[in-house]
Amino acid sequence: MPVESVFPRLEPFLPTVQKPIQYVGGELNSLVKDWDEAEVRWALMYPDAYEVGLPNQGVQILYEILNERDGVLAERTYSVWPDLETIMRREGIPQFTVDGHRPVGAFDIFGISFSTELGYTNMLTALDLAGIPMLATDRTDEHPIVLAGGHAAFNPEPIADFLDAAVLGDGEEIALAITEVVREWKREGSPGGRDELLMRLAKSGGVYVPKFFDVSYLPDGRIQRVAPNRSGVPWRVDKHTVMDLDAWPYPKKPLVPLAETVHERFSVEIFRGCTRGCRFCQAGMITRPVRERSITTIGNMVETGLKESGFTEVGLLSLSSADHSEIGEIAKGLADQYEGTQTSLSLPSTRVDAFNITLANEFSRGGRRSGLTFAPEGGSERMRKVINKMVTEDDLIRTVTTAYENGWRQVKLYFMCGLPTEEDEDVMAIAGMARRVIQAGREATGRRDIRCTVSIGGFVPKPHTPFQWAAQCDAETVDRRLFALKDTLRKDKEYGRAIGLRYHDGKPSIIEGLLSRGDRRVGAVIRKVWEDGGRFDGWSEHFSYERWMSAAAEVFADGPVDLDWFTVREREEVEVLPWDHLDAGLDREWLWQDWQDAIDLDSEEVEDCRWTPCYDCGVCPTMGTEIQIGPTGKKLLPLSVISG
Amino acid sequence: MPEGPAPAPVAQRLRVRYAKRGRLRFTSHRDISRAVERAVRRAGIPVAFSAGFSPHPKISYAGAAATGVASEAEYLEIGLTDDRDPARVRADLDAALPGGLDILDVVPATGGASLADRLQASEWLIRLDGVTPDAAEKAVEAFLAAEVIEVERLTKKGLRRFDARSAVSACVLDRRAMAAADVPCAILRMVVRHSTPAVRPDDVLTGLRQVSDLAPPSPPLVTRLAQGPLDAETGELADPLDPDRQAVPPGEDALADTGLASVLSGGTTEPGVVSAQP
Repeated sequence: MPVESVFPRLEPFLPTVQKPIQYVGGELNSLVKDWDEAEVRWALMYPDAYEVGLPNQGVQILYEILNERDGVLAERTYSVWPDLETIMRREGIPQFTVDGHRPVGAFDIFGISFSTELGYTNMLTALDLAGIPMLATDRTDEHPIVLAGGHAAFNPEPIADFLDAAVLGDGEEIALAITEVVREWKREGSPGGRDELLMRLAKSGGVYVPKFFDVSYLPDGRIQRVAPNRSGVPWRVDKHTVMDLDAWPYPKKPLVPLAETVHERFSVEIFRGCTRGCRFCQAGMITRPVRERSITTIGNMVETGLKESGFTEVGLLSLSSADHSEIGEIAKGLADQYEGTQTSLSLPSTRVDAFNITLANEFSRGGRRSGLTFAPEGGSERMRKVINKMVTEDDLIRTVTTAYENGWRQVKLYFMCGLPTEEDEDVMAIAGMARRVIQAGREATGRRDIRCTVSIGGFVPKPHTPFQWAAQCDAETVDRRLFALKDTLRKDKEYGRAIGLRYHDGKPSIIEGLLSRGDRRVGAVIRKVWEDGGRFDGWSEHFSYERWMSAAAEVFADGPVDLDWFTVREREEVEVLPWDHLDAGLDREWLWQDWQDAIDLDSEEVEDCRWTPCYDCGVCPTMGTEIQIGPTGKKLLPLSVISG
Repeated sequence: MPEGPAPAPVAQRLRVRYAKRGRLRFTSHRDISRAVERAVRRAGIPVAFSAGFSPHPKISYAGAAATGVASEAEYLEIGLTDDRDPARVRADLDAALPGGLDILDVVPATGGASLADRLQASEWLIRLDGVTPDAAEKAVEAFLAAEVIEVERLTKKGLRRFDARSAVSACVLDRRAMAAADVPCAILRMVVRHSTPAVRPDDVLTGLRQVSDLAPPSPPLVTRLAQGPLDAETGELADPLDPDRQAVPPGEDALADTGLASVLSGGTTEPGVVSAQP
């Protein structure tokens, strides 16, 4: 069946919608391959608005490596805003890709990348607009394989009914492996239909097919058992780890949008993984071990990426960028290389120590020194010990003093509210810390225009972390503490006006908590919310707490579980967690011991295993991986001569 | 506070005519300015920067067409720190931009009136799908017969009321283009003087609706064909880059591509109604 572009049907309506440019494609470095020449066709989705989804690294990397392969085609699709959704429903226009404007339902694989659980309702919109049955069990051989990836896919159980498959971990190698399985199956004439294809994917243990697993429950609502329901399906599903980042230097040709997006820069991942052991951090736990990209590859990627994109900013991404074993060389090398070229460098994730000021100084050479960001995460010393983020207040004050002395005028501090064992005084300690920051800045500079911004988010316990057993703090308590902090800062005549406070109320965190640690029973809530109009739940102007509350109340009305059971309830060690059959490599006993250590005041700090002996988190032996760090001793290559 | 070195001065100013075509008509002015800045970097064109803490490339735009409106005649001016061959800049910049944002002509500025002063009027092509030629003709006749047609438009300053008639110096039906079109439609060509408040093609359409109930069933497809000085006697638009071109030594301008030719030879419009390009 020929697949036609829906653009001619869409175009007449574009003048009437907000920011039509987001729907037309045509980005620099995007491409439209011939449909009929492709054997395997991927539609890749980031389930949020284009302005958020376009810069996503994961989607850009997969788009590029899939399209590089002969006989493989990949196009992108994003969530459409409600104004266009209304028109598409009225006119019968299906969910389309922005590259070829081809209907998503015509592709072989519909891959969706979830950075956050709040994109789940947007997935349902896309499935519905695409004409793909919402429940995996209702799909036929005519429909794409709906596949989830990204960090949220480490517990895909709340959306298990809507997915054909999910993959855990790094996408590069598994996306190509899946492509080959699909290609072979199609070449053989698609024997056994959809089920046979899913079986071929599942039996390797590298692809999770939810419908091949049955979940049974105890009378009190806890899970009794999760078990495969056909022979040949392994009991556990493994995550994927790319072990040589230098072999995967993507993106090589970054997509440059015409529309304005949230990140207008060329980003290079300088390493994956993190071994600092912050107990709240899911990303740090599920992306182990640390694997560095070498200084020479980073230098080459920056040079190629800037040349291909024309971007004026380079971001060095990772979970804790200052921890790269050669970050000093990288910073100085890039600053030297691009001095005088109107190129700015940024290091989004930084830790609290003086070395970061040296780095930040390099990055801002000759430019404006506006703001530096640090993340103590916890307001009190005790709180920071619970979360294993070992920064003393004196360290922080020393660091910010150095920053102010070096010409920086504004410091941003990130915190969380609602951490395990938190008391009101732990949150109030944030005010004291902010006051000391301003005081130190005024003393260091003799100026009054020193600013400090405090940003606070509600803590959400996440799967595959030591806090996966913890009770989430209820929204009322979080809001009460935030209000008390705000009130204290407002009343502070000496420092209050120099301190800005940004926070979100505790309600969205509770819903995020439901979706993060939920099981398959939560799927009905997501569907109900979507049917009631839930869209773009990551956007405060679209999110409705009441809609989620009433959907949860209705769905859970007659059962043993409810919203509180999933969120503010502490779990016992023996309880089967919904994601226990999905293996991130972390040893369950180690996680439990680390959780016990968190609430034991006499326990020792967990240090970074990059520099200290292995503390047996389990990842390396389970996954057959190892820490990969420098230093390589190499220098950044000198700038190649640009002719012209 | 660290301070950067003084920026290099402007050595050459280039005036650039570009088109936004096809689906890229949905780019906004801000989208285009970001795309051009990046293309300039990718093409290795030595653009000059302003001084200060956040230096900006010296690129200025004259009278940009609205989001959703296609154009064959948009103009910008760019300051370089070093002399470059205009034909080479045209080719390099065009190659560095996404297809649909196309560089048509690059001419060194030679002083005289500013680009903005030369852009006195625009010629527009307006395609109205689902409108019969007769209905359109009746509306155009009624419109041209009137002396004043007051229309209202919601602007940033609130609802404004102004005359849409007097700025329109010509308005005709393009019958040849209509005959060649793939669906039943009416196609108008009009020359509209730039005035304050600006009379836009949709204001003229509002006026047409007021005088004869012309109500197109779908949004019009609007293309700016030309901008330039308006000859009061002939009613024709001249090429705003001609004064600069004439100052260039003979031979060099032969390299400049006139993009309109390709549009006019596309068979959907009638050449020569308004001579925008030689």
